[in-house]
Amino acid sequence: MSAAPAYSEDKGGAGGPGEPEYGHDPASGGIFSSDYKRHDDLKEMLDTNKDSLKLEAMKRIVAMIARGKNASDLFPAVVKNVACKNIEVKKLVYVYLVRYAEEQQDLALLSISTFQRGLKDPNQLIRASALRVLSSIRVPIIVPIMMLAIKEAASDMSPYVRKTAAHAIPKLYSLDSDQKDQLIEVIEKLLADKTTLVAGSVVMAFEEVCPERIDLIHKNYRKLCNLLIDVEEWGQVVIISMLTRYARTQFLSPNQNESLLEENPEKAFYGSEEDEVKGPGPEEAAATALPARKPYVMDPDHRLLLRNTKPLLQSRSAAVVMAVAQLYFHLAPKAEVGVIAKALVRLLRSHSEVQYVVLQNVATMSIKRRGMFEPYLKSFYIRSTDPTQIKILKLEVLTNLANETNIPTVLREFQTYIRSMDKDFVAATIQAIGRCATNIGRVRDTCLNGLVQLLSNRDELVVAESVVVIKKLLQMQPAQHGEIIKHLAKLTDNIQVPMARASILWLIGEYCEHVPRIAPDVLRKMAKSFTAEEDIVKLQVINLAAKLYLTNSKQTKLLTQYVLSLAKYDQNYDIRDRARFTRQLIVPSEQGGALSRHAKKLFLAPKPAPVLESSFKDRDHFQLGSLSHLLNAKATGYQELPDWPEEAPDPSVRNVEVPEWTKCSNREKRKEKEKPFYSDSEGESGPTESADSNPESDSESDSKSSSESSSGDSSSESDDEDEEKGRSSESEQSEEEGKRKKMKKRKTVAEGHREGSSSDEGSDSSSSSSESEVTSESEEEQVESTSWRRKTPPSSKSAPAAKEISLLDLEDFTPPSVQAVSPPTIVSTSLATDLEGLTLTDSSLVPSLLSPVPGVGRQELLHRVAGEGLAVEYAFSRQPFPGDPHMVSVHIHFSNSSENPIKGLRVGTPKLPAGISIQEFPEIESLAPGESTTAVMGINFCDSTQAANFQLCTQTRQFYVCIQPPVGELMAPVFMSENEFKKEQGKLTGMNEITEKLTLPDTCRNDHIVVQKVTTTANLGRVPCGTSDEYRFAGRTLTSGSLVLLTLDARPAGAAQLTVNSEKMVIGTMLVKDVVQALTQ
Amino acid sequence: MIHSLFLINSSGDIFLEKHWKSVVSRSVCDYFFEAQERATEAENVPPVIPTPHHYLLSVYRHKIFFVAVIQTEVPPLFVIEFLHRVVDTFQDYFGVCSEPVIKDNVVVVYEVLEEMLDNGFPLATESNILKELIKPPTILRTVVNTITGSTNVGDQLPTGQLSVVPWRRTGVKYTNNEAYFDVIEEIDAIIDKSGSTITAEIQGVIDACVKLTGMPDLTLSFMNPRLLDDVSFHPCVRFKRWESERILSFIPPDGNFRLLSYHVSAQNLVAIPVYVKHSISFRDSSSLGRFEITVGPKQTMGKAIEGVTVTSQMPKGVLNMSLTPSQGTHTFDPVTKMLSWDVGKINPQKLPSLKGTMSLQAGASKPDENPTINLQFKIQQLAISGLKVNRLDMYGEKYKPFKGIKYMTKAGKFQVRT
Repeated sequence: MSAAPAYSEDKGGAGGPGEPEYGHDPASGGIFSSDYKRHDDLKEMLDTNKDSLKLEAMKRIVAMIARGKNASDLFPAVVKNVACKNIEVKKLVYVYLVRYAEEQQDLALLSISTFQRGLKDPNQLIRASALRVLSSIRVPIIVPIMMLAIKEAASDMSPYVRKTAAHAIPKLYSLDSDQKDQLIEVIEKLLADKTTLVAGSVVMAFEEVCPERIDLIHKNYRKLCNLLIDVEEWGQVVIISMLTRYARTQFLSPNQNESLLEENPEKAFYGSEEDEVKGPGPEEAAATALPARKPYVMDPDHRLLLRNTKPLLQSRSAAVVMAVAQLYFHLAPKAEVGVIAKALVRLLRSHSEVQYVVLQNVATMSIKRRGMFEPYLKSFYIRSTDPTQIKILKLEVLTNLANETNIPTVLREFQTYIRSMDKDFVAATIQAIGRCATNIGRVRDTCLNGLVQLLSNRDELVVAESVVVIKKLLQMQPAQHGEIIKHLAKLTDNIQVPMARASILWLIGEYCEHVPRIAPDVLRKMAKSFTAEEDIVKLQVINLAAKLYLTNSKQTKLLTQYVLSLAKYDQNYDIRDRARFTRQLIVPSEQGGALSRHAKKLFLAPKPAPVLESSFKDRDHFQLGSLSHLLNAKATGYQELPDWPEEAPDPSVRNVEVPEWTKCSNREKRKEKEKPFYSDSEGESGPTESADSNPESDSESDSKSSSESSSGDSSSESDDEDEEKGRSSESEQSEEEGKRKKMKKRKTVAEGHREGSSSDEGSDSSSSSSESEVTSESEEEQVESTSWRRKTPPSSKSAPAAKEISLLDLEDFTPPSVQAVSPPTIVSTSLATDLEGLTLTDSSLVPSLLSPVPGVGRQELLHRVAGEGLAVEYAFSRQPFPGDPHMVSVHIHFSNSSENPIKGLRVGTPKLPAGISIQEFPEIESLAPGESTTAVMGINFCDSTQAANFQLCTQTRQFYVCIQPPVGELMAPVFMSENEFKKEQGKLTGMNEITEKLTLPDTCRNDHIVVQKVTTTANLGRVPCGTSDEYRFAGRTLTSGSLVLLTLDARPAGAAQLTVNSEKMVIGTMLVKDVVQALTQ
Repeated sequence: MIHSLFLINSSGDIFLEKHWKSVVSRSVCDYFFEAQERATEAENVPPVIPTPHHYLLSVYRHKIFFVAVIQTEVPPLFVIEFLHRVVDTFQDYFGVCSEPVIKDNVVVVYEVLEEMLDNGFPLATESNILKELIKPPTILRTVVNTITGSTNVGDQLPTGQLSVVPWRRTGVKYTNNEAYFDVIEEIDAIIDKSGSTITAEIQGVIDACVKLTGMPDLTLSFMNPRLLDDVSFHPCVRFKRWESERILSFIPPDGNFRLLSYHVSAQNLVAIPVYVKHSISFRDSSSLGRFEITVGPKQTMGKAIEGVTVTSQMPKGVLNMSLTPSQGTHTFDPVTKMLSWDVGKINPQKLPSLKGTMSLQAGASKPDENPTINLQFKIQQLAISGLKVNRLDMYGEKYKPFKGIKYMTKAGKFQVRT
């Protein structure tokens, strides 16, 4: 950077050896001629071939821009260099372009092609920066190009480029808001992105472009919650604030039952705080607090949000902490809000600007939830070195926190503050004392005495402020304070501050009956100095005169008339008006008798004491932490924080129907996908549910057990997640699910209702026997949550008893249907809308449809509603596919439930991941209404659990469908002897061996069941075995023919060890999971 | 979000402007100047100033106002936090953040600002990433660049940007592998006239300087983690591990960073290592006041107290002071009325004291407040809260690093009311 300083300074430096003319002073501007000359130098430098000269020139130009000098006439010279090879020159040209393109639109277009080329560059940094600059150039002509570039970048491989695309969205939107619809599509796409890098930026774009489209969030809600902790800090702030708004529209108020107790928040808070110190977390406090009330069920998603944001209170970024704090303040049950206090108090150590903002928010919070900050009272004590604005805010907080118990200490503090040199602060302190006195009756007299003492203070401002406050205090109990009024009356000789004089006069007038001898004298003095007084004082003098005239006309009649006459000729018309008005009222005349009779009532009516309120009261209708809250006025673009809904909107909208259907597809995973929702509802809402079903009896005990379980959950979570850090979000999810699975064991009977509704998150169309079991147990409760079951009938009705599988095994087969159905969005949305319609129809049908049907390995491929009458199901037949041994044969079952025959059923252009191939079934020419038929197709999954996506075409329609194989179906049994088995197993050790310990439940301790369970889970053959407690199975994967060996070593008392040896480690791992799952259920 | 940034020096010149969206005229700063005038003191300028079309959010550091212009609703802390991050980055790049330094490096500053925000939304704020994108200027690099024509701008996407540990760059190599941790505690206290403690709390930080090759995974455990009442972490610390085991487990960023800051609350008893005896009196009649203070050690756990400075803002009525210190030097500025006394080390045998007289304005009444005394001091090798690091382990790399831990206690906002 040798040259930069020389050029940026206002003195001409030598440009370098050889080019003395470049050394001309760049900034001596002011005279135009020299400006031109200087720019000529630069132009010349930019035109040379030497990069170093160009760089010099660009640096000088950027320095000009930085200082706010106009460099726009260099545009043509600069824009030429946009394609320069030197990366620094290029960057500086970009800086220039973005600054001036708006002014020179035509010339700016010259650069566009360079960026378009850059968008195709193999280097992601270059792609990203090309998009950045392209989208930053505010030239309306290139809107279509920008749109195209954004769309392309939104599906770029590099998450960094996708992030840049997200950033570009608001830029384009601000340039041309007509593109909104298209941009929303891109936003929708990017919202589904799973990388943490993109999440923050796209939510930002969402907030700027379409904050009202809350429906776009539903599907991504859980993902956002889970990603949150790994998103960078800025993204966290934006996401949290958006989720706060989202939660306000989607969940019920957690405090709805407590609103009655609002008056007495103190007790609850002490209690909760103690709980939090001792207990494992606020969840417990909530769990114990809730069942005592009427049935309020916290949505598990609501809980998820609270749980996942809580660790962020420990963030180093003040903005994140504040964001979480406002989220808790607006969303959490009262008992849990307390956790934020500590973090907010911590922020008070930060820079003074941060303190300023935090204190504003604390001030608002402390009005509503005083107990929360009470333990931290001392942290708000004021230091003489604090800036005045901070002092005043701290004072506000201290006043809000003062109560019966701590008022002595607070007042002692205030006493020191009053002696401060900072007079503004002293005035604020006196106000604060006044507020404490009004709020806490016990100390009113003490405060009043203290304030009266202040009246002898040397500083007039202090005295004046005290008078004003005393006036307000006296209004509360005037009778007892004749002495103070007398004292004040004496002060009129000394105090010059108009407001204070006015206050004293008003007091004397109002309570002239308490000081009957002094009042007329004061009036006399005031009449004397009337002309020299300030306007507000004059008004009060008139006021005093009028009141005295009414009560004590004998002594003051003349004085009053004198004052009124003076006022009549005053310069100020307000005063003249007032004088005229008063005279008419009090002095009885011939006509106006009616009013003057009531004059006493008018003037001396008892007046209510003023309420001294915090200026922060009711500020919480603004979202805390927002700019609008800080200013106490709506800022542009502020999104109103909606009120809680009366009725919770359908929680199932957040169910993710299409989880990772391109990537993850093994059966285990899909199954796990559903588990969390089961267990979630158990862990979180268990207690309330039980309270729901039998509110009187055992809610107490239930809640205890479930709170334990939820705390257990959180601890196991912490372990898991810790290991997880660093791994991809995908595996994180599966881990979490694994842990939730554990919880499933704790299932209680009472969960039925909840489970019904929550289970549909994963599988809407499953014919799971476990679910139907539950159904039969609690059928009536189910009626409410029928929407998901509407999808069930086709599959359960038509389930053929193809195989004899026990009920338990069924569970293994149930889940995948969702993924299998998962056609791309077009279909699923139409499905969803159709179903919405259906839910409205009568629910009497439901129970019969739900009766447990023994069934099958069959899963839905296309629902009859989505398929316009065509229902398609598939099953893995486990027979070798004729023609290609590497293919998994899939039986496809079509049935036509429409009115018309379906013609020309065939497979359309498949879009397959690498390696996967399909052997299509022969075209089915026609399928008459009501009929069904079966076809066989082969799919080579290439030993992966990736989904095979293809289109199912009829003559008229195309349906996107996909088949995801469970891992167990990717293999075929082989037969081998025990020795062979052992030999092969010996070769497959180390990384190829996966071992898992498990406990077999009582139900599956006999040979038959174990074998059956394993073989239904995976297509393996049993290997004969010498010992009775060992089971061995062998198979080969279909495509590569790698061996898969499975050993189950069952020990007494249910302990068992499962070992899988396979070259394909991925398959091995998934298989272990699947089998363990099958066995332990 | 953030529209523009203006840098304004203490004399009210705008010496740098940067716009991320369309250009906002610098005349918007007039509102700021107005507020500045009203506030009299720099730190009293409100951080948020509404104007008819914009909102001005500012921070004041190193005698420079960083004024951000925004147009729409945005959490104010978001902007303020970002501005502070900008200052930290400048400091990191140039060693100091001052007007001349920024002017000298205006191009680098501009490039850095360009990378930090995109369309007003933060893009890259981790200094490790920024330094890969734009290399900080050093004398050596300047020389090399002039000879070879290479640039300060990296042409590859920083690896950190995409990795799961965005704060650490890959391919770090050192010949000496070392990790130093400084446990620094600051005592914030208010002591009242009689010497009793009104409030005292300890704010601690652990600053680390880690120069380790490769991708080390460190764990740091404490003897007494329960002491830590409230903590905030660098993003590298695994929160769950802390929650469950009270162990700090992290992959450190390269170089200097703040690992952790913590708080030991006022509820615990805080040992106050010094006391101040003072007698300051003004008399109504005479124009002379007496002034005497003595500083002495209290609960220091046998450690020496060093670097003691006493400052006090005297009341306006004080014209001059004639004082004699028993050790160290003192100054009194008759304009700002600031007394400062550089004491140095406290010798427990011979306590340092400062006594003398104050001359007051003749005729003026005596000031109603005695001045507050602010104290600064340092104690090496001691963490006043008693926090102790138990051990530091490294996983993931083979070599043996050199490890060092240093403790220090300092005065934070330590005030004695008189």
